[in-house]
Amino acid sequence: MRRLLLGLVVLSFGPTVRPSDAQDTSAIDRGVRIGIIYRPGVRPGMVVLPIHAPALDSVRAILSRDLDYSDRFELITLPGGDSIRVTAAAPGPRPPAAGGAGRGTGGAGAAAASTLNYPLYQALGADFAVAVTPAPGDTTIVTVHDVAAGGVRREVRARLPALKDPGFRLVVHQLADRVLEAALGVGGTAATRVLFVMEGKVYTIDQDGADQQLVSSSDHQAMSPAWARDGRRFSYMEFWQGHGRLFIQEVGSGKRAPVATTGQALDFTPAFSPDGKTLAFSRATEEGTDLYTVNFKEGCCLQRLTVGRFYDNLSPTYSPDGLRIAFVSTRAGLPQIYVMAADGTDQQLFAPFDYGATGSSNAPEWSPDGQTVAFHRDVGGTLQVFVLDVRTRAVRQLTSVGRNEDPTWAPDSRHMAFVSDRSGYRQLWIIDVETGRIRPLLQKSGARLPAWSPRLPETASSTP
Amino acid sequence: MKRLPLLLLSGLAVAAMAACGGKTPETTPAPAGINADSAAEADRMRADSIARAEREAREREEAERERQRRIADSLAALGKSTEAVRTLLATMVHFDYDKAIIRGGDAAVLDQKVAILQANAALRIRISGHCDERGSDEYNLALGNRRATAAKQYLVSHGIDASRIETVSYGEERPIAQGHDEESWAQNRRDEFEILAGGDNLKQP
Repeated sequence: MRRLLLGLVVLSFGPTVRPSDAQDTSAIDRGVRIGIIYRPGVRPGMVVLPIHAPALDSVRAILSRDLDYSDRFELITLPGGDSIRVTAAAPGPRPPAAGGAGRGTGGAGAAAASTLNYPLYQALGADFAVAVTPAPGDTTIVTVHDVAAGGVRREVRARLPALKDPGFRLVVHQLADRVLEAALGVGGTAATRVLFVMEGKVYTIDQDGADQQLVSSSDHQAMSPAWARDGRRFSYMEFWQGHGRLFIQEVGSGKRAPVATTGQALDFTPAFSPDGKTLAFSRATEEGTDLYTVNFKEGCCLQRLTVGRFYDNLSPTYSPDGLRIAFVSTRAGLPQIYVMAADGTDQQLFAPFDYGATGSSNAPEWSPDGQTVAFHRDVGGTLQVFVLDVRTRAVRQLTSVGRNEDPTWAPDSRHMAFVSDRSGYRQLWIIDVETGRIRPLLQKSGARLPAWSPRLPETASSTP
Repeated sequence: MKRLPLLLLSGLAVAAMAACGGKTPETTPAPAGINADSAAEADRMRADSIARAEREAREREEAERERQRRIADSLAALGKSTEAVRTLLATMVHFDYDKAIIRGGDAAVLDQKVAILQANAALRIRISGHCDERGSDEYNLALGNRRATAAKQYLVSHGIDASRIETVSYGEERPIAQGHDEESWAQNRRDEFEILAGGDNLKQP
C-alpha cells in the first residue's frame, strides 16, 4: 500500500523502469538525474543528506557515489538540489563525542543526531537517509536513519585523515560499506581496489575510478596481478630474460620479494590459496604448461599438480574454502574450464561445452561466495564473459556487446570488473551481475588483466 | 760470368741504379793505374749485389702487399658470410591461428638452421614463441611456449643437441606488426631466432 501511494506521489517526475535481468544490453544512464526516480519494488530509496560543513563535501560526494555504485539503492536527489535541508528541526547543540577515536555504533548516540521529518522523506521515496556531521576533533559521525521505522538505525564514528592524506579515501569508502551493512546487512565493495596491467606495468585504482597509482616499479614487463585474500599483499609476474618470475608485494610498504623456485622457467598466473600460505601458478617448459604450488612463506615445497605433456594446464583459481582449484586445460583440444582437488587429484571438466562447436574458454575466477566461476569464451571469433553455476554447472553468457574478457569478482560476488572494447578501445568496465548495470572503471586504452581486491583492511594504506 | 762484356755489365749497373730511383750507391772510383780488368770486376760485383738487394726488397714489399690484400679479402669474405648466415638464422617461421605446428613451407627454413648449427659447433640460440592479439592474454603464453618448443623439437630431431637451444614465450606481449587485421596477426604468430653465443664468425654451411 505504501509503495502504491509513493508511486503516485512521484509519478509526475517520470519514473523510468530499467530491465533487471543481467544482460548488459544497454549502457545504463550515468548522467545527471533530475527529480526522483522511483522503481516500485526494485530497490530501497536512499538519500544522502546535504552537509553544511564544507570540509565534509568530498566525504558526502564519495559516500553518495559508493552507495550508488553498490547498485542496492535508488539514490534520491532532493527536489531543489542540495540547497534545501528538509529537517524538522535544526541540529541542536551536541555533547562532545565520548572518546572521539574509533567507531561507535548503536542507538546510544542516536539521541544526539538531528531528527528528520521522516514522513516527508518517506513521501519522497526514501527508505534510508544518511547524515554526515562533524564532531569535535577530527571525528565524523555518519548516521543511518531508517525512514520507514522513523528512527536511527545506526551511528558510525570515524576519524578522518586529512583530505590530502593517502588514506583519506579508503576511510570514507569503509564508511560507505558500514552504511550499507547498517541498512541492508550485507557487505559492500566500496573499500576495494582493482589491480590491472597497462603498458607492461601493474597499477591500482579505487573501485570508483579514482586514485590510479603505479605499483610495479621495475622495467620488466609485468602481467597477471592477483590478490591475497587478506588484502595486504598481491602477486604478479614479470618477464626476466625470457623467464617468468613471480613476485609478492606488500600493499602497505610496497616492498616486494621474488617467490622462491620461480624465475627459472616461464612461471605465470599466480593465485593465492585462501589460507594465504600457498601460491598456485602455471609453469611453461618444453614439456608444456602445467600447474604447480609453492609454499611462498617458507620458500619451499614446490609441488606439481598436473602432468600435461601433450596438452597445457594453466590459470589456477582457488575455491574460497581452499579445497578445489578451477583451471584451464587443453586436454580436449581447445582450452576449456576444468576443476580438481587442491592437491591435483580428481581432475574433471567444470564448464560444459559442445565438442567441436564451443570456442576456447579461458581466464576462470572463482567468486568469493563460492557459487560461481566467471570466465571468458570465444563466441564467433570474439570473447564474451560467462558465468558457471558451481552447483548446477549451468553456463550463462553475461555480455554480448563487443569483445569482453578477463572477468574478476568483487568481494560481494555480485559486481565484476572486466576488459571490453565496447566503447571502441579496450578498457576496464564494471558490471552488476544482478541488474546488468554497467559503468566504466577506467577510460584509458590498453588497461587489461584486472584483479579486484577483497575488502581492504583498515591498515592497508599504512605500514603493516 | 767473367766473359760477359763489360759494357753490358756496367749497363746493368746503371739500370739497377736507375731502378733504385736515383739513390746513388756509394761507389769509389777505381784508382788510376790499377788493372782495369780487376777494377771492372769489383764494380760488376758491387752492382750485382746491389741489384739483388733491390730485387729482394721489391719482392718482400710485393709479398707483404699481397698478404695484406689476402687478409683484407678473407676478412671481407668472412664478414659477408657471417652476415649472410645470421640473416638465414634469424628468418622467422609462422603459424596458423591457435596452432603450434610447423607449416610445410617452414620446414625448409628450419633445415637451413639445422645446417648452420651443424657448421658452427659453438653456436647457441634462443627461440621465442609469439602470438597474435586475438586469443586470451595468459593462454597465449602457453601457446607461444608450444610454438617455440615445436621449432626446437624440429631442430633436435634433425640432429642438433638440445642443450644448444633455449626456448621462451612472450605470448602476445611483443607484437612486430601493430595492426588489428589478419595481415598483422599473421606476422605476429611467429617464432624468432636469436643468437645466444658463438655468433662472431659464422661459417657458411
